Amino acid sequence: MVSFLNEVRSTPGGEHILACIQCGTCTGSCPMAAFMEYPPRKIIAMIRAGMRDEVLSSNSMWFCLSCYTCTARCPKGVKPTDLAHALESLASRHGFTIGGTRTPSMYRSFVDSIRANGRVHELGMMTRYYLSLTPDLLAHPVATLKIALLALKLFTRKRLPMMSHRIKGRNDLSRIIQKFREARGTS
Amino acid sequence: MKYYSYFPGCSAESTGLGLGLSTKAIAKPLGFELVEIEDWNCCGSTPYGSLDEEEAIVVAARNLALAEKMGFDLVTPCSSCYVTLSRANGHLREHPRMLARVNEALAVAGLSYRGSLRVRLLVDVLVNDITPEVIAARLKKPLRGVRVAPYYGCQMVRPRYGLDDTEQPQTLDRLVASTGAEAVDFPLKARCCGGSLTLSEEDSVLHLMHKLLRSAAAGGAQCLVTPCPLCQTNLDAYQYRVNARFKTDFKIPVLFISQLIGMALDIDARSLGMFTNIVPPRELLDYVYRDYFTTNRVKT
Repeated sequence: MVSFLNEVRSTPGGEHILACIQCGTCTGSCPMAAFMEYPPRKIIAMIRAGMRDEVLSSNSMWFCLSCYTCTARCPKGVKPTDLAHALESLASRHGFTIGGTRTPSMYRSFVDSIRANGRVHELGMMTRYYLSLTPDLLAHPVATLKIALLALKLFTRKRLPMMSHRIKGRNDLSRIIQKFREARGTS
Repeated sequence: MKYYSYFPGCSAESTGLGLGLSTKAIAKPLGFELVEIEDWNCCGSTPYGSLDEEEAIVVAARNLALAEKMGFDLVTPCSSCYVTLSRANGHLREHPRMLARVNEALAVAGLSYRGSLRVRLLVDVLVNDITPEVIAARLKKPLRGVRVAPYYGCQMVRPRYGLDDTEQPQTLDRLVASTGAEAVDFPLKARCCGGSLTLSEEDSVLHLMHKLLRSAAAGGAQCLVTPCPLCQTNLDAYQYRVNARFKTDFKIPVLFISQLIGMALDIDARSLGMFTNIVPPRELLDYVYRDYFTTNRVKT
């Protein structure tokens, strides 16, 4: 059984976690720390303490904006942004469900759009994403109407094309991804 | 004439239409040619990397392989594509085993990647290859008196792929100055706008945009310029939401740096996609395209 620490270290982005000296520069620099269950410094301490379930089911990494401020300022080169991506990857690969944030389902709609078309079709992706939130949206009709209005503003300025652009090589892309998954041992 | 392999990125054809149009429009007048990578796919994107870090690298690698065959530097106008492609490129160079596995996968489609490509952001090309001096020398309508807040956002200045100082960058300031406009003091110029979380966590990120707009307004900016399509969409499309939430009255147009340069080169407004803004840049358009007060414009 691989320890959680080694699991994180062997995921791209998690390599540098042992360099952390717990100075807290990352948490101090993070514009979203206040919204996270455990801010970046604490998450790193928890990983090293082997708290797998607590870490992977938390909302923390899903509030990362990928702004890289922590990475720019970390005195030890830990790269907490890449670590957040690594934790997101691990949490989704191992089926952890995360409460209190819509970000994972937004990301999934985004990635589904890429896998289907080879490129992101923003209107399709947004539709898919908002459909996944239907119960929530029906509970807040005014907020939903406002989102629709915003989309309409973009639409009338030709910024949300109706048609998706499907690349010619989308089958190639799927086969490349499939081959990679086989080599890695996941499907 | 300098040649580049051009990677527009998905946004440049939709939410960031103005970026795609203006990037193409300024290339020829500034003496470079963008040869679009045939049948490119999504760069890999931050969301993809968040769900599967390794697979996102594979998705990026198809583009890198297509571009490497062309023999020029890859150029993208989008800050996020730049970081995603650079990160995948760096990872493949430093991890020979990963490169071998990726190549095994690419071979299914008859592709391979050696790791020799240079990935660059349009701003880098404008500053370091074309140079602000050459841009300034080619101006047809210097934007004298126009006050611009250069907004870098986070991606283009962050390590390891940052082109500039992470906290106080200067490249966009120099490009703004090359158009004859004035780059105003904008202390938050490299802070995050909220990124894609505006879609999923709007309530938690609106305050970031509020701070940015307040900082730009305090410096007396008439508009913001950015290279990033996500920053532009957030600050432009969500500006009225910021106003509603924080009881403010911002009406600050958010342009792409390529649009600003295009206006100073006197390229027509449609070709630059100036119609795509939600907060319309009326004042600026009046000034540039109607010879409103061509000289000595003083803003009160």
